[in-house]
This record gives sequence, C-alpha cells and structure tokens, in this order.
Amino acid sequence: MKELGKRVLAGDIRAASRLIRNLEDQITDTYIAIQEIFKETGKSHVIGITGAPGAGKSTLTDELIAAYRKQDKTVGVLAVDPTSPFTGGALLGDRIRMLRHAEDPGVFVRSLATRGAMGGISKAVGEGIHVMDVLGKDKIIVETVGVGQQEVEIINHAHTVIVVLVPGMGDEIQALKAGLMEIADIFVINKADREGAGKLYKETMNMVQMSRDKYGVSKGWVTPVLLVESVLEPHKFAESVEVLRDKIDEHYQFLIDNNLISERMRRKTAAEITEAIWGSVLAPVLEQLETSGEMKRMIDRCLLKETDPYSLAEEIAQRFMKQRPGTS
Amino acid sequence: MGGRVIRIVLAKTGLDSHDRGVRLVARSLRDSGMEVIYTGLYRTVEEIAQTAIQEDADIVGISMHTGGYQETFPRLRELLDSLGAGDIMVIGGGVIPEKDARSLEKSGAVARFFGPGTSVAVIIQWIQDVMSARK
Repeated sequence: MKELGKRVLAGDIRAASRLIRNLEDQITDTYIAIQEIFKETGKSHVIGITGAPGAGKSTLTDELIAAYRKQDKTVGVLAVDPTSPFTGGALLGDRIRMLRHAEDPGVFVRSLATRGAMGGISKAVGEGIHVMDVLGKDKIIVETVGVGQQEVEIINHAHTVIVVLVPGMGDEIQALKAGLMEIADIFVINKADREGAGKLYKETMNMVQMSRDKYGVSKGWVTPVLLVESVLEPHKFAESVEVLRDKIDEHYQFLIDNNLISERMRRKTAAEITEAIWGSVLAPVLEQLETSGEMKRMIDRCLLKETDPYSLAEEIAQRFMKQRPGTS
Repeated sequence: MGGRVIRIVLAKTGLDSHDRGVRLVARSLRDSGMEVIYTGLYRTVEEIAQTAIQEDADIVGISMHTGGYQETFPRLRELLDSLGAGDIMVIGGGVIPEKDARSLEKSGAVARFFGPGTSVAVIIQWIQDVMSARK
C-alpha cells in the first residue's frame, strides 16, 4: 500500500485510479497509502457541480474542462452516478459527454458509483479529491449524481459549489425551500433558451436577494445567476461557459482574499474525520453482527416485538464501547 | 470487507452506430452487480485505452457490427500492453464471421468474442468466472 501511495505521488494514473478503487472497495490497509499522500494535499481548487438529473451537469463539466484547458490549467474530474439499491451495480455514463478530453494528459476523468451513500456523492469522493490533488491538478471538478432537494454533501468537499437549474421544474415555492437552493456559490440556469427561463431567472434572483449573506455582511459575495444556452451552437455555448469559468475563479479568489478557505478546509476535514471514525468504529461492529448472524436474530426479535431497535442499540453500545460518551 | 466490484468499460468504435446490443449488455451487467462505464459511440482505440486506464477497468468490451475488427482488436491490445495495462482484458461481441472471431481469440487480441445469439447470462458467467480465478 505504501508503494501505491508513492506511485500516486510520482504521477502514475493507473496507481491513482487503483487507489480510488481500493477506497471504494474498502480494501484493508488502504489508509496506509492515504497516509503516504495526505501531507501533499490541499493545493487544488475544488469545484462542485450539482443539480437535477438531466440538468446538463456533464455537458457543462465537459465545456468547463475545455475552458480551463484553454488557460493551460490541468483538470481532474470525479463524476458520480448512482448505484442500484437492488443489485449493487451501476451504469456510469457521465464520461460519454467528456470523451473529447480522453487523450489529453492534462485531464483525468474518473467515474464513481455512489455505493449506497445518500448525500449525492460517494464516500470515496473525499479521498478521490486528495488523489487528484497530489497528481497536481489545478482544478478538480466533482460532478454529483442528479440530486433532488436534500443531497447537499458536496458542500463538505468543494470550495465553490455550482447549482445547475433548468426551466420547467416547478413554481416559485421551490426556490424558497431549504436545502439545495441554499448551497450555491454560483447558480447556472442551463438550457436558458427554453420556455420559462426568464421566469426562473427572476425567481432565482429574488431568492438570492432575500437570502442571508452567508459570508457575513462586510465580505459580500452575492451569488451570481448565470444564463447558459445554445448547447447546439458550440461557439456561443463555449463563450457562456468561459464566463462561468471566470466567475468560479473569482469566487475562489474571494475565498482566499477573505480568509475563508481555512473555514472550508475545517469543514471538509471534520467530514473526513467523521467518515474515518465511521469506518473504523461502526463498520466493524456492523460487520461482526452481520457475519455472526446476530443481526438476523435482532431483526427477528424486533419483528416479534420482544424488543425494539433502541434497546438493542443500547445493548450493543454497552458491549462494544469501553467508555461511552455522556455516561462516564 | 466487501471485496472487489468488477469494473468494465463498454465501447463502440469507428462509424458503427448499432448500439442496441451494447446497451442491452450494459444494462444486464449492471443488473448483475458490476460497474459499467459506457463510452457511447464513435470512439477511437486511443480514447478507449485511456478510458480503461483512468477508470481502473478490469475488462474492456467492444461491440462490433462493422468491418475493421481485424485492426481494432489487435491495436487495442497492443496499446494497452504498451501503456503498462497488460492485465486489462479485452473482450468483444457482435456480428463478425465465426472463424475470424476464433482467430482473434487465438492470437490473443481478444480474450473472448461473443457472437450473435449469445445469452447475456453466458457473458456474465464468463466474466465472473474469469474474475474470481484472478483473485
């Protein structure tokens, strides 16, 4: 594993992709490779792109890659698609939109399946970002699965979050709801040549003007709302995505100028520690309950109303935890 | 924990746009618990090789319903080997003459070619057997 980490540091794409896979497959000792690379992380600008299924996230990502390549910036992409809750399989199709960059050594695209994670990304995304980071990518784009209202985990990982909206998804009340609509650093109204785009633009602008200033009054980042249209006219499409690219970079500069990067890093690190504790504390307990057959017996007992999940959890906690928070 | 999930890249090359078969296979492999990266139509061998490497695929499958297979498969095999990805297997499927399929297998350009009428269950079983033999 240490060797794998070293190869990643040396820029080996195969090793990088394998390391991400070891994380996805939860191969034992993978953390040793992460230990090897962790010190070198924290240099890339991480951009999250999220929005409903079919909103155009992959196509936008593809054009954004092109826009950054024009400036000779290197790009890593982590594209997440859903895992089947029934079979565990997945069809990863985001890459179809990005294949024109397949032979460009300055671009590394890796598809990930959610593997049961519910937040719109996969558990391996956090470390996947580290891997892209130590490969020296200037920009790392994380494309979430097509999300609904609630899958906002991307904010734990990205410096700049872009929420992609399309016309025709509901009335103005949708724009008032909590969740997805709150996390944008930049809104993109995609397919803006479609009917209803003007109305959506107005509603989104209204909402932005009403929303609390999440960076504090004096710092004043007003979430821009950008219109992107004409995917069928490559030249115009490219132009509007270049405007988006410049806005993204402006936001990153804003974070740096106002010392807000460290705040985001703290949030990301907290999420990672939580994730790691989850993996090293809870996962082994669940696995033991599963393999010993105790989980099955517990389910049976609950169904017979002999006990309830909360009493069982209490029992398990007493058995496995030497020192329980709040009880000592 | 868990063990490996099989990752497979499926692609179509050149100007061949007959993609009903490959989509059916993609869906079936997905339903058997694999992670399928589908590249879509009109890909070059170079794009496919890079995709397989970046995605850490175990297997690349090319669906072939036009000519060019005598060039495509050997070139993909060579390219993968030259990129240090000799362990990534190449398989094929579609409509090509039986004897050509067997000779591609014999030369090592493909590990296995699945001709017309192959049931997806056979493909899934073959992949699972090969992958479990590898562990």
